[in-house]
Amino acid sequence: MLAFALRRLFAALPTLFVLLTLAFFMMRAAPGGPFDSERSLPPQIEAALRSEYQLDAPLWRQYLNYVEAVLHGDLGPSFQYEGYRVSELIAAGLPVSLALGVCALLLALLVGGAIGVLAARRPGSVLDHLLMNLALLGVSVPNYVVAPLLILLFAIVLGCLPAGGWRHRDYADMVLPVVALALPQIAYIARLLRASLIDALAMPYLRTARAKGLPEHLLIFRHALRPALLPVISHLGPATAGLMTGSVVVEQIFGIPGLGRYFVQAALNRDYTLVLGVVLLYGALILAFNFVVDLLYGALDPRLRRT
Amino acid sequence: MRRRALHCLVGCIAVLLPVCSSAAMDSLLRIGNGPEPESLDPQRMSSVSALNIARDLGEGLTRIAADGRVLPAAAQGWQIADGGRRYTFELRDHLHWSNGEALTASDFVDGLRRAVDPATGSPFAQLLSPIANADAITGGKAPVSMLAAWALSPTRLQILLKQPTPYFPSLLAHPVSFPVYGPALARYGRGFARPGRLVSNGAYQLVDWQVQAQVELRRNAHYWDDADTHIDRVQYLPTDDIASELQRYRANEIDVSSEIPLVQAPALRTQFGAQLHVAPYLGSYYYGFNVQQPPFAGRRDLRLALSLAIDRELIVDKVMNGLALPAYGWVPPGVADYRAQSPAWASWSRQKSVSEAKRLYAACGYSKDRPLRIELRYNTHDDHKRIATVIAAMWKQTLGVETSLINEENKVFLAQRRLRRITQVFRASWIGDYDDPSSFLDVLTARNGRNDMGWHDQTYDALIDSAAQQADPRRRAALLERAERRAVDDMPFIPIYWYVSKHLVKPRVRGWHDNLLDVHYSKDLRLDDPAD
Repeated sequence: MLAFALRRLFAALPTLFVLLTLAFFMMRAAPGGPFDSERSLPPQIEAALRSEYQLDAPLWRQYLNYVEAVLHGDLGPSFQYEGYRVSELIAAGLPVSLALGVCALLLALLVGGAIGVLAARRPGSVLDHLLMNLALLGVSVPNYVVAPLLILLFAIVLGCLPAGGWRHRDYADMVLPVVALALPQIAYIARLLRASLIDALAMPYLRTARAKGLPEHLLIFRHALRPALLPVISHLGPATAGLMTGSVVVEQIFGIPGLGRYFVQAALNRDYTLVLGVVLLYGALILAFNFVVDLLYGALDPRLRRT
Repeated sequence: MRRRALHCLVGCIAVLLPVCSSAAMDSLLRIGNGPEPESLDPQRMSSVSALNIARDLGEGLTRIAADGRVLPAAAQGWQIADGGRRYTFELRDHLHWSNGEALTASDFVDGLRRAVDPATGSPFAQLLSPIANADAITGGKAPVSMLAAWALSPTRLQILLKQPTPYFPSLLAHPVSFPVYGPALARYGRGFARPGRLVSNGAYQLVDWQVQAQVELRRNAHYWDDADTHIDRVQYLPTDDIASELQRYRANEIDVSSEIPLVQAPALRTQFGAQLHVAPYLGSYYYGFNVQQPPFAGRRDLRLALSLAIDRELIVDKVMNGLALPAYGWVPPGVADYRAQSPAWASWSRQKSVSEAKRLYAACGYSKDRPLRIELRYNTHDDHKRIATVIAAMWKQTLGVETSLINEENKVFLAQRRLRRITQVFRASWIGDYDDPSSFLDVLTARNGRNDMGWHDQTYDALIDSAAQQADPRRRAALLERAERRAVDDMPFIPIYWYVSKHLVKPRVRGWHDNLLDVHYSKDLRLDDPAD
């Protein structure tokens, strides 16, 4: 297992390096620069700014400087937020996105898992149809529709939860964004789990167990759920990374200072260093969660450990 | 055991009571502030959202009143000599920084020097261009010590201008001219404008800045007019999504909104009544022609035909939902001591305008069978798209012009405009920095970096230069009006509408006055009741 983990780690480093290189040159290839605005700057002032951010050096030199700085743990200064380092901004945004992401993930697993199991117990029943249609609705209706509806109901009509913001850092601020983030995942997990659980329950060894009189709950939770979780686990790798690095739409609507918002604003403002920092983090998280998924696969299905 | 628990409870209440009661006494104003400010460094900021906060944190020698008048601020008054070129400011007694240290005239000189120093990279450095030697310093041809601003004593400051500039006192209300606290700058460098580091001289001081979450200010007890400051705390909340900001206003989480969604304007008028503040704003929305490339180079009649074919009233009424004013000239109406210029055809009937547009279009060699084919570029935004679609339809219906609408991401769009290689017609806007026609007219000079139309007219430039030398305000205004008429006649742009400011303001906020620059100082506001 240790050898496997080390192999994956060494395979991840070149992937991150390629990702960083591609992102660096793609950002620079985009027209427009960080200092373009409706208000033009005098040439000497623009030159001073370019020099301050080392944009006056040849592109290959800038790339080498950046890679060297990253290897020393320095992600550089933000172009957009004066006086802030990229690492400071990530350190401020990541915990917010992490808190929301973890809560949304747990909610999605709990509720989505329960719905999936309930629906799979009686495929084709009224309950199954009802739950799956609700799930279809959850997958189909985008965040930017769900979030304002939640605000309208809970913040304006009922007045029991805040409409947005992250000022108080209390749990009330988190409720609506977490629900908005979790809803599509709940629907997706429910549909995935239902399908795979129905397949698992049709396996010969489970038919035998049922014929021998094994109670339904033991049949599902002890024997069927483990193999049925594999597709859910596959989905969870990238989904977790996505949830934890922040959702642009949800953060924008609720005014939450998470990473997703930083990323989009940085790309639009050509904040090269902030974009690269977030891309690097996002890449590392995706690789890490995919690695965790591989480990979980092995734990759930011993046959996979040999391959 | 029970008695110990009771003692603990009473103890806790005793400790918390003063905290709770002091928090409850604090009055709190929550302002929706649009996009996140990029900096709180007065010499480095550029966005409206940053400038809003800067006016609460710092104070210049002057300030702008709600009616547009320039009032003394850190300076208690000034004398003008040498035909309007020499200003001597007398500072108020006992001015202090927010840390209690004395604020002197040399701090203001340091702020001005820092603003024009190219190493600072100030986006508003050119605003201080009227000060003698400022341009040479910004251009890297002279050291900052050459700036013609001197501290005569700790309370007296003298500034020499290169030419008489009647609006100069209003420039000193702009944050770019605010003083800087040297020790913080020396210690923290670029990162000095952050909580715990920023020392300011305005009515408020910075206590918290969570990027993308809030900027919180608390009243500055060392401010000279603290006794007349009413609100204890001000929170500026980033609200880049206007629809979400409106929801938060409805949920009573915001007292003043930065904007309102255009499409909801009629419903909001009904719902909020007097809470909706709509007032003329010093901004212009226009389409520029690239007059250095075909088909518009040297074809004034073709440009005029396209301008005449646009029904501005319809755009303002139906597309903008009444949240704009139809525009025909370059300088918005309402600018102090100036008569905004409009072309003669501005008063024509729609029928006459269309008829003249058709005549000019035909005279340029175009017809329904041989239509003009052009590209209209705009930066990606729903409102820009709606306006472009309507204008393209008007051109098609009236003249038969085939218009390709091209939307581009903002930075790409700005870069294309600046290059002037492939642009033909493009969306643009300009917001005035100060209440003077030169804030608009300078944009059209050949030397201005934001003249993306590439319109170069020697007579126009000469008129602007002559006006700059003119000490008599009436003669100066006449020269500027002539310059504007010349630009409007040659039509390198199509004025479409003048901006209006549009805020929702809760009834509990008192002292809010709409004004042309949309400048509001929190110290002038009051709250009917405290908020948590």
